[in-house]
Amino acid sequence: MTAGTITPDRSGLEAGRDGFAQLLRAEWTKFRTVRGWVIGTAVAALVTVLIGPLTASGSHCSANGQTCHPSVPVGPDGEAVTDSFYFVHQPLAGNGSITVRVTSLTGLLPTPPAGRSAPVGTRPGLVPWAKAGIIIKDGTRQGSAYAAVLVTGGHGVRMQYDYTHDKAGLAGGVSAASPRWLRLTRSGDTLTGEESADGTHWTTVGTAHLAGLPATVQAGLFAASPGYSQITQQHFGGETGTGGPTQATAAFDQVSLQGTWPSGAWRAEAVGASGAGDSSLDGFKQTGGTFAVSGSGDIAPEVVGSAGAGPGQPIERTLAGAFAGLIAVIVAATMFITAEYRRGLIRTTLAASPRRGRVLVAKAIVIGSVAFVAGLAAAAVALPLDTRILRANGNLLLPVGSLTELRVIVGTAALLAVAAVLALAVGAVLRRSAAAVTAGIVAIVLPYILATAYVLPTGLSQWLLRLTPAAAFAIQQSIPQYPQVSNDYTPVFGYYPLAPWAGFAVLCAYATLALGLAVVRLRRRDA
Amino acid sequence: MRQALHAEWTKLRTTPGPGWLLVAAIALTVALSAMVVAAVHYPFAGPDQVLDLTKLSLTGIQLGQALVAILAVLVISNEYHTGMIRTTLTAIPRRPTVLAAKAAIVSGVVLAAGAIAALGCLLVGRLIPPGHGFTTAHGYSALSLTDGPTLRAVAGSALYLALIALLSLGAATAVRDSATAIGVVLGLLYLFPILTQAVTNPHWQRHLQQLAPMTAGLAIQATTNPSNLPISPWAGLGVLAAWATAALLAGGLLLHLRDA
Repeated sequence: MTAGTITPDRSGLEAGRDGFAQLLRAEWTKFRTVRGWVIGTAVAALVTVLIGPLTASGSHCSANGQTCHPSVPVGPDGEAVTDSFYFVHQPLAGNGSITVRVTSLTGLLPTPPAGRSAPVGTRPGLVPWAKAGIIIKDGTRQGSAYAAVLVTGGHGVRMQYDYTHDKAGLAGGVSAASPRWLRLTRSGDTLTGEESADGTHWTTVGTAHLAGLPATVQAGLFAASPGYSQITQQHFGGETGTGGPTQATAAFDQVSLQGTWPSGAWRAEAVGASGAGDSSLDGFKQTGGTFAVSGSGDIAPEVVGSAGAGPGQPIERTLAGAFAGLIAVIVAATMFITAEYRRGLIRTTLAASPRRGRVLVAKAIVIGSVAFVAGLAAAAVALPLDTRILRANGNLLLPVGSLTELRVIVGTAALLAVAAVLALAVGAVLRRSAAAVTAGIVAIVLPYILATAYVLPTGLSQWLLRLTPAAAFAIQQSIPQYPQVSNDYTPVFGYYPLAPWAGFAVLCAYATLALGLAVVRLRRRDA
Repeated sequence: MRQALHAEWTKLRTTPGPGWLLVAAIALTVALSAMVVAAVHYPFAGPDQVLDLTKLSLTGIQLGQALVAILAVLVISNEYHTGMIRTTLTAIPRRPTVLAAKAAIVSGVVLAAGAIAALGCLLVGRLIPPGHGFTTAHGYSALSLTDGPTLRAVAGSALYLALIALLSLGAATAVRDSATAIGVVLGLLYLFPILTQAVTNPHWQRHLQQLAPMTAGLAIQATTNPSNLPISPWAGLGVLAAWATAALLAGGLLLHLRDA
C-alpha cells in the first residue's frame, strides 16, 4: 500500500479554537459563574467604600480649646501650602528687578519647656529653614504664585518658587563680614534669581516660569521662620509635642530697584498672620537705607506631621477600607486557583488547555483585571465621598493636585490587581487555600502594620517598607517628603522610604517572581 | 468527653499538617523576633522614647499567630473538606462535645507551642540587645523571667496564641471554608490597627484599640509606659477571650443547627 491511498479518519466536527482569547474567556466564565468569587470581589469593593465613611464619621475635629480650621491655603498646583510671612512690598509694573544685600540673619527660638507646658520665654537662635530675602509674588493672597531668593538659617542661599520648588545656591550663613547679595529679575513669566558675595560677580541660582503672572506684581523683602517643634509620636497615633513659634530677623541694605515701581513707598504687612506664631514681634524698621524685617511662619508646602500647622490629614487616610478590600481580594484570588485543585477541576482545565503556563497567565489576567476594576470603582467612590464627609465634620484634609489624586485612586486599584496576581501565584505554588491566603495577607499587610502602628524604630520600619510587598502602599502617599520643610518623615506619619511608583514596583517584582515560580511548579508537577 | 478528647488528640497527632505548622509557628516567631532585635541598635529613633525591649522581642508573635490561625482553622475545615466531619459526628453525636474537645486539644497544643515560642523570643531578647548598646548604663537591664512585667508578657503571649487558636476554631466552625475562615480571622486581627490609625478622634481611637482583638490582646506584652496603654494588660487579654468565646459560641450554634 502506498501512503497516498490512506484517507485519515476526520471528525465531522469543527476543531475547537485553542487561542489565548478562548482561554481568557474560559477563565472569565469560571470566575463569573462561581458565586463565592463574585461575592468576594463585590465584598472587597463594598468594604473599601463602606469602612471609609465609618472611620470618617468617627473623626470629629476635637475642639477642646483648639479651633478647627478646615481650610488651608492652596498653591498654584492645587496642593496645600503654608503661606504666612512678614512682607515689605510695593507694586512692580511690568518687567524689573530688585537687588539687596543681606548683612545678618538672626532669630528667636522658644526656650525649652519644662515638662509639657507651652514655652514661655525666648532665646536667640535660628531654625535651619528660617528664611529671609526678596520675593516677587502675585499679590498678597495666601497661596498665590511667587518666586523668591533667600538666605536661610542653615541651608545657605536658595531660590524657591511656587512652594514646592527649591534650588540651592551658595552654602554658608550670612553675617556682616560675609554678606550675601541677592537679585530677583522679572522678565515676562520668567523670574531669575541671582546671588553674589561681593555685589559684582553674580551667579544664577535658578529660573522660574510662573505662567499667568499678572502685569503688576507685589515685590519686596520678606522674613519667615517655621515653628520649632519636637514631637514624639506615641504608640498608635497619640502624640505629645513641645515647641512653639520662632522668629527670624534679617537686615537688608543696598536696596536697588530697576523697572517701574509706581507707588514708590513700602508697605509692610503680615501675610496670613492668623497662623501660629507671636506676630506681635514681627515688624519692619527702616533707618536710612537699612531695613530690618522680622517675621514668623513659612512659605512652603504643607505637610503632615510635626511641622504641620494643624491637624491636617493626607487624603489617603480615606482609603483605609482598601486594606479590608485587599484581604477579600487575596481570599478570592487564592481560591480562584486552589478551588480547582480541591474540586479536581484543574485536570479538566489542563486537559482542555495542555499548555500550562498559558493557563496560569490567563487566570492572572482575569483575576487581575477583575480586582483592578473593582478596586478602581471602590477607590473612585470612597476617596471623594469620605473626603467630603471628613471635611463636613471639620477635619482638615490636605488638598493635592488632581494628578496626585488620580494617582492615589488608580494606584490603589493597581495595588489590588497586582496583589490578586501575587495571591493567585502563591495559591498555585502552595495549592492549599488556608496556607496561601495566610501567606498573601501576612506578606502584604503585616509589614505595613509593623511599620506604621508598632514600636519598631524608624529605621527598621523604613527597611520593612523597602523590602516587603508592603512597599506598594507608597503609591497612596499623596504628600511627598520635602527637603525644604523640617519634619518627621516617618512611616508613622505616612511617609514611605520609596517613591510611589518605586514602591509599587517592589510588589510587581514579588508578583512576577511568584508567577514565574508558579508556572515552573505547575509544569513540573502532576496536577 | 474523654473519648472525644482522645479521638481529637489522635487526629491531630496523626495528620502531618498540625505538627509542621506548630514547628513553623515556633520557628517563624523566634526568627522574626531575632531579626527585629538584631536590627536595633542603641541610639535609636522610634515612636517611643524608651524602647520596650520585652515587647520588641515578642514581635514574632504577630507572625506566629497567623500560623496558629491556620492550624486551628484546618482542625475543623479539613474535616468538612474531606467529609470526615460526618464520621466524627456519627461517632460522637453530641456536637457541643466535639467542638469542646477540639477546642481543648487545639488550645492545649498551641499553649505549649506558644510557651516555647515566647521563651525563645525572650532568650533572643536577652542575648542580643546588650551587645547593641542596650546596657544598664543606658537604662536597659537584661530581660529576665524574674521581672514581673516580663513574666506577664511571656506567659501572656502564650495565652494570647491559645486564644487566637480558639477564635480561629470558632470562626472556621461557623464559616467552614478554610480560605474564607482564615481571611475572616486575619481580617479581624490585622484590620483594626489600620482602622485605628485612620480615625483621628482620640476617643474613638481609644475605644477601637480597646475593642480590637489583636491590639487589646497584645497589651499583655507591654512592660513600659503602662499609662500609655489603651487597656490594662489582663483586661486586654480578657477582650480577646471575649472574642474567642463569641466565635466559639457562634460556631457551636451553627454546628448545632446546620447539617454537616
